[in-house]
Amino acid sequence: MIRYIMKRLATALPLLLLVSFVTFMLNELSPADPVRSVLHEQGVPVITEELLASTRAELGLDRPFLVRYLDWLLSCLRLDFGASYVSGKPVWSLLAPAFANTFKLTISSGAAIIALSILLGVLCARREGSWTDRLVRGITFLLASMPSYWLAALLVWYFAVHLDWLPTSGLDGYSSYVLPVLVITVAYAGIYFRMVRSSVLSNMNEDYVLYGRASGLPERKIAAHIVRNSLQVAISVFGMAIPILLGSTVVVENLFAWPGLGSLSIKAILSRDFPVIQAYVLVLAAAFVLFNALADIINAALNPKLRKEL
Amino acid sequence: MEQTVLAVSGLNVWDSLTGKLLVQDSSFEVKRGSCLAIIGESGSGKSVTCRAVMRLNRQALRQEGEIVLSGVNLSSLPEPELRKKRGKQMCMILQHGMRAFDPSCVVGVHLRETVAEHLGLGREETTARLKRAMEAVLLKDPLAVMNQYPHQLSGGMLQRMMIALALVLEPELIIADEPTTALDAIAQYEVLEQFVRLRERLDCSMLFVSHDLGAVRKVADELLVMRHGEIVERGELQELMSGRRPVHPYTRELIDARQTLQRHFTQMMGGGS
Amino acid sequence: MRGWERIFKDKLVVLSLAIVASVLVAGVCAPWLAPHDPEEVHMELRYAGASWAYWLGNDHLGRCIMSRLIYGIRPSILWVLAALGASVAWGAVIGLLAGYFRGRIDSLLMRVCDVVLSFPGYVMTLALVGILGVGLENILLAFILTKWAWFARAIRTAVMSYAEADYVKYARTLGIGHVQIIWRHLVPVTMPAIAVIASSAFGSMVLQMSGFSFLGLGVQAPQPEWGMMLSEAREVMFSRPEMMLAPGIAIMVVVSAINFLSDALQTALDPKLAASRRQAPGQPTARDAEVRGKEVA
Repeated sequence: MIRYIMKRLATALPLLLLVSFVTFMLNELSPADPVRSVLHEQGVPVITEELLASTRAELGLDRPFLVRYLDWLLSCLRLDFGASYVSGKPVWSLLAPAFANTFKLTISSGAAIIALSILLGVLCARREGSWTDRLVRGITFLLASMPSYWLAALLVWYFAVHLDWLPTSGLDGYSSYVLPVLVITVAYAGIYFRMVRSSVLSNMNEDYVLYGRASGLPERKIAAHIVRNSLQVAISVFGMAIPILLGSTVVVENLFAWPGLGSLSIKAILSRDFPVIQAYVLVLAAAFVLFNALADIINAALNPKLRKEL
Repeated sequence: MEQTVLAVSGLNVWDSLTGKLLVQDSSFEVKRGSCLAIIGESGSGKSVTCRAVMRLNRQALRQEGEIVLSGVNLSSLPEPELRKKRGKQMCMILQHGMRAFDPSCVVGVHLRETVAEHLGLGREETTARLKRAMEAVLLKDPLAVMNQYPHQLSGGMLQRMMIALALVLEPELIIADEPTTALDAIAQYEVLEQFVRLRERLDCSMLFVSHDLGAVRKVADELLVMRHGEIVERGELQELMSGRRPVHPYTRELIDARQTLQRHFTQMMGGGS
Repeated sequence: MRGWERIFKDKLVVLSLAIVASVLVAGVCAPWLAPHDPEEVHMELRYAGASWAYWLGNDHLGRCIMSRLIYGIRPSILWVLAALGASVAWGAVIGLLAGYFRGRIDSLLMRVCDVVLSFPGYVMTLALVGILGVGLENILLAFILTKWAWFARAIRTAVMSYAEADYVKYARTLGIGHVQIIWRHLVPVTMPAIAVIASSAFGSMVLQMSGFSFLGLGVQAPQPEWGMMLSEAREVMFSRPEMMLAPGIAIMVVVSAINFLSDALQTALDPKLAASRRQAPGQPTARDAEVRGKEVA
């Protein structure tokens, strides 16, 4: 098992390197000239060619590509992502608290999604074909076809305005979590619930269930075996849900004015603040790669057959 | 002690979703200490019959008819009581060993859970009995084998594990659903050997399902031939094979096919040397 | 093809098909169907309710909501379909090549796909929009660039189960060129799988597109688009909540219909899909689900 972990992490490293390279390249592709943006932000009225050239040399932007890349990479590892073109503040000081806020939202939503989909998935699998099953499937289907921000707006209007039970936006205390978490959960639980349900259903038809029953084992022991096997598939998928959620909360954050990565990235995009965009991509892509590896490791821990694959 | 271990009469099994009749008015008996083989092609209803005896068909299949095991009518027994009989009085052995055990647990888990459920022995005693049974079916290093996952063991070994479990539980009736079909020729031979020994040791009755007449010859006393859900032939194996009795044309086909193969084989072996 | 008769008997499927088809046609024929100019401002009619002249009322600038909905089909649905087509086409080329040739070509192509797939889709789309600037074209481009790898992987799995068929080997021994074999033998037989894969992504792409427009990154005012209409409605959400109904319901109905059709398609073609899935080693179900999870807005 340890060997598998080592091997898996080893394959993640070159991927991380590649991710950083592509992220750096993205910046190179941008049509805007970073030197101009910096000068613009500094409020310099007249930008002459000499000023451009000297600033470029000053910022070290005239060095060869690889040198700049390595320099950038090393500073990233020190969490120094440069300064925002817009505010001049160090990017990390903007990114870190936003990341923390988004992380809080992601974890709470993730927990709710996992709990809800397992609950509903097992329930509906056991009552396959019944009214409960069909009703739950129908409702989750419709909810998943709704734009999440529309649902969010409707909920905000009803609970926050009409009933005045919950805050409409911002992050001040536990009640602010309710609506955003609800919206995200509703949007994603539909997919994960279906997966849990089909996993449980296919396991219920397996031979080991027949053999267990034929051997006279009590239903609850057999149910435990079924759940163990169905959750295996579920867990690796849930593992990936966290980083996906991290990146996809953009719309909900925007709607609820949640001070997280989503809001930060939108502001950065609209104001073409490249250092922030770059850091955002790097952090999330790296999290993605790492969580992918983690999900594979957890999966291998649960399913010994997979350990042979590497 | 009764002479008949299992008496099935008027068994009908149909698919409630499609209305198709899978087993039609089957009636047969398995006497104490005897082995009844059910032969037929796939789709003839033999596996469905087996599972119907234990009432373990999938939910969509409905059944009616009397099933009497050692004097107790199983068809009207409430589920909790029937569950107690499964494993203790009747054991099933499945075709695919690798699928019969939970793939996420070592095989020992299922064995221990079953023994605990029916015999309620302590951990040491359970291990000792399982060890003895596994040695009896010629599984080397039983303790290590019990700690293997199903995918790490061969089909033949897994079949023998199931037989070992039966040895520990000591049921009156063993239902074997195509146990050798998924095995290669050598494993088939070995496992059939174990089935013969099983009968000798436990003096139990057996219901042996197969599509292979050759496999069945070693183990069975009586034969039942099924086709399209109906029983078309019944009788003692030796009598039917020897040709002393007039047989149903389908049975004739099966026997002839087998004998032709056998003849060719002996010819090749004899002629080659 | 037995599956086809069965599905058409299902009323919901027929309904979904009708919805999707009519929406597509309406989008194409917008100039002839829409009762008014979608960008025509009538300040005196602001927030007017439904009337005979304006069936769905007017928005905050007095523009006809119905016409805006109809014209909005173009960016929200039609252009997304086009991007989907391009992405699937490119992914299919890669998938076919990888699945057919196997060996080193397969390894190389799949490594490239793995790298692309290791970037979270939503984040990369945002990044590309950040680099290239806002606008419909850039979002569509970002879609194509980020999604082709997923299609390539899925299609490759389907192709691999067919590429080993005897008739393919026979064709090779006859000396028939690779391109011909791929085009004449593999493409027709993997079409159903490709159709299912593509349709399953369509619904989420529509949602994503409207999401981006909602955030102001997509279509720019005054061009009509369903997500943007919702964004505009949100501005006045507290005073005039009814503005949110039309575009929201429209999106929900169309995406539901698309998803429903996609599921029906999958059930109808299931035996073939099941065959292709059996060939791939242990993990595909987990991967499918995890990668599918990425697709949601």
